[in-house]
Amino acid sequence: MKTIYFDNNATTKVAEEVLEEITPLFCNLYGNPSSMHTFGGQIGRKIGRAREQAAALLGCDPSEIVFTGCGTESDNTAIKGTLAAAPNKRKVITTRVEHPAVLTVCRELENSGYSVVELGVNGQGRLDIAELEEHLDDNTVLVTIMYANNETGMVFPIERIAELVSSKGSVFHTDAVQAVGKMPLNLKDSAIDLLSLSGHKLHAPKGVGILYVRKGTRLSPFMLGGHQEAGRRAGTENVPGIVGLGKACELAATNLEEENNKVKYLRDKLENALLEECPGSRLNGDTQDRLPNTCNISFEYIEGEAILLMLDKYGICASSGSACTSGSLEPSHVLRAMGVPFTAAHGSIRFSLSRYNTEEEVDYTIEKMPAIVKQLRELSPFVTK
Amino acid sequence: MWDYTDKVRDHFFNPQNVGEVENPDGVGEVGSLACGDALKLTFKLDENGRIKDAKFKTFGCASAIATSSVLTEMIKGLTLDEAVKVTNKDIADRLGGLPEQKMHCSVMGREALEAAVEHYRSGGKKKHEIEGEVVCTCFGVTEKEIERVIRENDLTTVDEVTNYCKAGGGCGGCQGAIEKMIETIQGDKVKAEPVSAPRRTGKLTNIQKMQLVQQTINEQVRPALRTHGGNIELIDIDGNKVIVAFRGMCAQCQLAEFTMKDVVEAKLREFVSEELFVEEDADSKDESHEHIKK
Repeated sequence: MKTIYFDNNATTKVAEEVLEEITPLFCNLYGNPSSMHTFGGQIGRKIGRAREQAAALLGCDPSEIVFTGCGTESDNTAIKGTLAAAPNKRKVITTRVEHPAVLTVCRELENSGYSVVELGVNGQGRLDIAELEEHLDDNTVLVTIMYANNETGMVFPIERIAELVSSKGSVFHTDAVQAVGKMPLNLKDSAIDLLSLSGHKLHAPKGVGILYVRKGTRLSPFMLGGHQEAGRRAGTENVPGIVGLGKACELAATNLEEENNKVKYLRDKLENALLEECPGSRLNGDTQDRLPNTCNISFEYIEGEAILLMLDKYGICASSGSACTSGSLEPSHVLRAMGVPFTAAHGSIRFSLSRYNTEEEVDYTIEKMPAIVKQLRELSPFVTK
Repeated sequence: MWDYTDKVRDHFFNPQNVGEVENPDGVGEVGSLACGDALKLTFKLDENGRIKDAKFKTFGCASAIATSSVLTEMIKGLTLDEAVKVTNKDIADRLGGLPEQKMHCSVMGREALEAAVEHYRSGGKKKHEIEGEVVCTCFGVTEKEIERVIRENDLTTVDEVTNYCKAGGGCGGCQGAIEKMIETIQGDKVKAEPVSAPRRTGKLTNIQKMQLVQQTINEQVRPALRTHGGNIELIDIDGNKVIVAFRGMCAQCQLAEFTMKDVVEAKLREFVSEELFVEEDADSKDESHEHIKK
C-alpha cells in the first residue's frame, strides 16, 4: 500500500539532495571539525557553509546561527539562557497555545519565583496585541511567542510583536519551528532577538536545530564543556545533521515561493472539499494568516483517533489533537484555548502537507474521507437522523 | 500508535449490531461528549427472558467502538442474570486484550449493560442513576464503581484505576481518596513504595518554614495539578495560615475546595508542619475566573 503522508508538521521526509550531501560524512569524511589535522579540519568548512546556507534562508549573518540538537533544545536555550543573563527581571510572557517545548519550560519557571503570563487567543486562534502591551513592563525579561501554531497553522503577527517588545526593552524569542521554510523571513530587518527552528520539519534529518541569536543579545550558554559554536553550544557538532540542515535551508530558500503556491493549492483543495463533503465539519483557525500547508478540521460528534485509524487503513497519515487516553479532559490545549466546544474538539484532524504531496493523493483522500466520517457518525449516539 | 489486537481492529472496522433496537426492552446510556466517549446500548428480550437482540451506538476511539461491538455479540442469548455477571475483564479478554490505558472502554461497556438491565427491571422508567457517593466529579465516577474495578481487575495503583474507569484523570483532586480506597480494599497487596519525605525538623524558623512551604508546593503539589492542566500559586504565609490561589483548570474545577484540603493541606502538613492550614486567596479567585472567561 502506498503511504500518503499528510503529517509534515510532525516530521518530514529527508530530501534526496540532502541525503546525497551527507552520505559521505558517515564513513569517509567522519573527522572532527575541532581537530588540527586536515582530515578533520576540512569538515569545519562544511559546517561554515551550512551556516551560510541557513543564514541566507533566515536573512541574517552566519555568525548569528547557533546549531543545536533540536528545536526543543533551541527553545530551552533561548528561554533559560535569557533569564540567566538577566537575573534581576522576573516576569515572562508567553501564550496558551505554545508548543510544550516552550510552555512547559515557562510553567516550570514559576517554581523559581518567576511570574509567567500566558496570553489567550480568540476563536480563530488570534492574539490580542493590546493584552500583550498591557502586560509588558520593566520587570519583563522575555516574551516568547510562536511564529506559527503547529496544530492550526495560524501565524501570529510576529514582526509587530517583536517591535513592540523590543521598544519596551524586553528580549523577544519566537519558536519558528513550523514557519521556517514555509514563509519568507528576513531577520536583519526584524526586531526578533532569538528564533528557534528544527531541521526535521524542513526535510533535514532529525537531531539538529538552530537557535538564531541576534548580535548583541545577551544569552548564557545552556550546554557547557567545549568551545563549539563560539562557546554558545558546547558538544561535538552533529556534522551530518548540520550539513544536511544547511542543504535543506538552501533548497527551501530556492523553492519557497513556487512550492508554497503548489502546497497551498493542494491544501485549499483538500480543505474545501472536506468541509463541503463531510457532514458536521468545521475549520479550526482561519483561512487568513495561516501557513500554506496546514489544515485543521473538526468533525463533530465523532472521535479523532477513530478517524485516524480509518485513514490509516488507506495508508493516509494525519494527526489528531485529541489523544484518547484514560482521562485527559483536555483534548488539545490549543483548541481548548480557542474555545472549540467539546462536541468538535475531540474530533479534530490535522492535515499538514509538503512539497512531496501530489494532487492525486489529495483527490484520493477527498474520495475516502466523507465515507469515513459518515460511517463513524452512523455509530455515534449524538448524531440524530 | 496503539497496539491493538486483530480482534479489536476487526470489530472496529466491521462493527456488529450498530444502531438501536426498535421498541427496546432496556436502554443504557453512559459517558458524555465532554469525557470523550459515550455509549448507548439497547436490547430486546425473547419470550424466555433471554436477550434476543442488542445494538449499540458509540462515540469514541477505536477501542470504545470495538468493545461495544463485541459486547453486543457476547450478551445475545444470555438471561439478564447471566448478562449482569459479565465483567469488564471478560469483554477485554474476548478482544484478546486492550492497551492498559484503554481499559476504561471495557468498563464503559459493562456499565452500559448494567444501566440497560436496570432500566428494564425498573419497568423502563429508570434512567441510569448515579449510585453512592461520587468520588471523581470530573468524570462522575462513584465510590461503588471504583471499588468494583479495583476488585474485578485486582488494581493496586491510582494510575491503574484511572486507566480502568477514568477516575482521578481530570483535575486529580480525588487521587488521595482513590489511594485510600485501594489501601482499604487491597490491604497488603499495595506495593509499598519508598517515600523520600524530608525529615521534619523540630522547630522551624519563619524563614525555614516559608522555604519549606514553597518547596513542598513546587515539588509535591504542583506537578500533580500540572498534569491535569491546573496550577497553584503561593500567595502568602501568615503564621500557620498558607494562602494559595488556583490557576488554569483548577480555577474552574468543582473540586478545587477538596483539592485544597485533601491535597495541598495534607501535603503541607506531611512535609512541613501539622499546624498549617490552607485558604484560597479571595482576590485571585475572582481574577482567575475572569481570566477563563476571556
